[in-house]
Amino acid sequence: MISDITIGQYYSGTSVLHRLDARVKILLTVLFIVIIFLCKNFLSLALMFALTAVSILLSGVPFRMFFKSLKPILPIILFTAVLNIFYIKKGTELLSFWVITITTGGLATAFFMAVRIICLIMCSSLLTYTTTPTDLTDAIERLLSPLKVLHIQVHTLAMMMTLALRFIPTLIEEIERITNAQKARGADFESGRFMQRVKAMIPVLVPLFVSAFRRAYELSFAMSCRCYHGGEGRTRMKQMKLHLSDGVSFLLFALVLAGVIVLNHFFGKLI
Amino acid sequence: MADIILETKNLTYTYAPKTAGEVTAIRDVSVAIERGTLVGIIGHTGSGKSTLIEHFNGLMRGTSGVVLLDGKDIWENKKEIRSVRFRVGVCFQYPEYQLFEETVYKDVAFGPKNMGLSEEEIDRRVREVLSFVGLEERYLELSPFDLSGGEKRRVAIAGIMAMEPQVLVLDEPCAGLDPIGRATVLSLIQNYQKTTGSTVIIVTHSMEDAALIADRILVMNQARLAFYGTVEEVFSHAGELQSMGLDIPQMMRLYLLLREKGLPVSKTFYTLEQAKKAILACFKKGENA
Repeated sequence: MISDITIGQYYSGTSVLHRLDARVKILLTVLFIVIIFLCKNFLSLALMFALTAVSILLSGVPFRMFFKSLKPILPIILFTAVLNIFYIKKGTELLSFWVITITTGGLATAFFMAVRIICLIMCSSLLTYTTTPTDLTDAIERLLSPLKVLHIQVHTLAMMMTLALRFIPTLIEEIERITNAQKARGADFESGRFMQRVKAMIPVLVPLFVSAFRRAYELSFAMSCRCYHGGEGRTRMKQMKLHLSDGVSFLLFALVLAGVIVLNHFFGKLI
Repeated sequence: MADIILETKNLTYTYAPKTAGEVTAIRDVSVAIERGTLVGIIGHTGSGKSTLIEHFNGLMRGTSGVVLLDGKDIWENKKEIRSVRFRVGVCFQYPEYQLFEETVYKDVAFGPKNMGLSEEEIDRRVREVLSFVGLEERYLELSPFDLSGGEKRRVAIAGIMAMEPQVLVLDEPCAGLDPIGRATVLSLIQNYQKTTGSTVIIVTHSMEDAALIADRILVMNQARLAFYGTVEEVFSHAGELQSMGLDIPQMMRLYLLLREKGLPVSKTFYTLEQAKKAILACFKKGENA
């Protein structure tokens, strides 16, 4: 059913990673992505893999959660791996058959790419698993606040994002309610050809949009009744402060970056 | 033997079984509803009323237990479940939020159309049912979104009535309406039941409403069936009802108070009209004596 969809994916906990400042986590995630693309050989990749593994262990989020986030990406990983195996012709030839040639270089690259993608997914899931959606949007707002200079309404964008996240569960509930009501009138969502099924959604979508607009109006009235006037001069309930652990994690990432550069320089390049 | 139209046997439904969020919404509910009665379902928020009615038309399927319609298990043939929904028409809370068509006519015709009826039959039903709920010809071509709250509610209820179900189930049909709207909807439901002779089940928070229109009352308490019987029978358990946190009708309370004081009110009463009669009778007796 629809209600099975996990939203925001937050996995509550009290680990070091949960307690890190959300801004720091976002920046470190970006940094992680940059570093992993700098990796040129298996040693530097292994270093990044170790960093991912340590972070996962520290987070206390169970492994099955990561497998779950990996599952939808699996076809892509396999697809790129297969392409790499068949198209890269480097190193010694292992197998040659008709137009297909498999080389050690191809296998190595395929493995390298797969590990890289897995690390990427793990790392970004780690961010969403350990940070609540509200903290995330809050952090994004602050990180983007320099854009105010360009007259971009960062606060408004962040508020819209927060509201959108807040209303996803509400709208899912609404969809279920309307679907039930239309089913009670004999609506059939399960059978028929594709176009018929799309048409069958109209009795659900129209009331859904109507109620979404109604909610939006009501919410905006409620907000203006409480004197909401945008981000100008607005203070915050939760102040974000950097702690020692934030500094330490930056330092750790700097060391890892240095390590990757050194490993890249002193050991051979794979790609 | 009484003519039973809808019956549940040991019906139980558990949300999210075997997880931390396990909640049993209805537990072991067995009730037999006679053909042609108007049943009022009362109970606290979260007592399982709404879950129970979603079982009546097969929107939900009990974790255990069965629902019998005309003596046949509604889940006997899975593919037939849609036809069960035409025979047991359920109108949910705030049904105006399910309106979606361009015109009132089309919206009311949605149910009958899904039944695969002929154009003429649909036309007859839509016109009949709309005039029944007191909306004139001119409403037919209006957009349902342009109507007032009470009118929307009536259009939505008409949409269910147009399917001419054997059992009409309404969840809080008066919720959020003003007193005039409430009275209109209530008398509409009563009239519908009288003219069609079909079975009507109405979920309500208001004891007054239940006492006023229902033949029988079903009380749900903490996922279980607490009472099912005639209005007198159920309200004679006034003490227990109050301990469930349910109110009894004001006039019923008055009756109990008068009895407590030792006044000779003969018959139980629970509506204003009955109270007037009983108390006047009481005075008359006093004068004669």
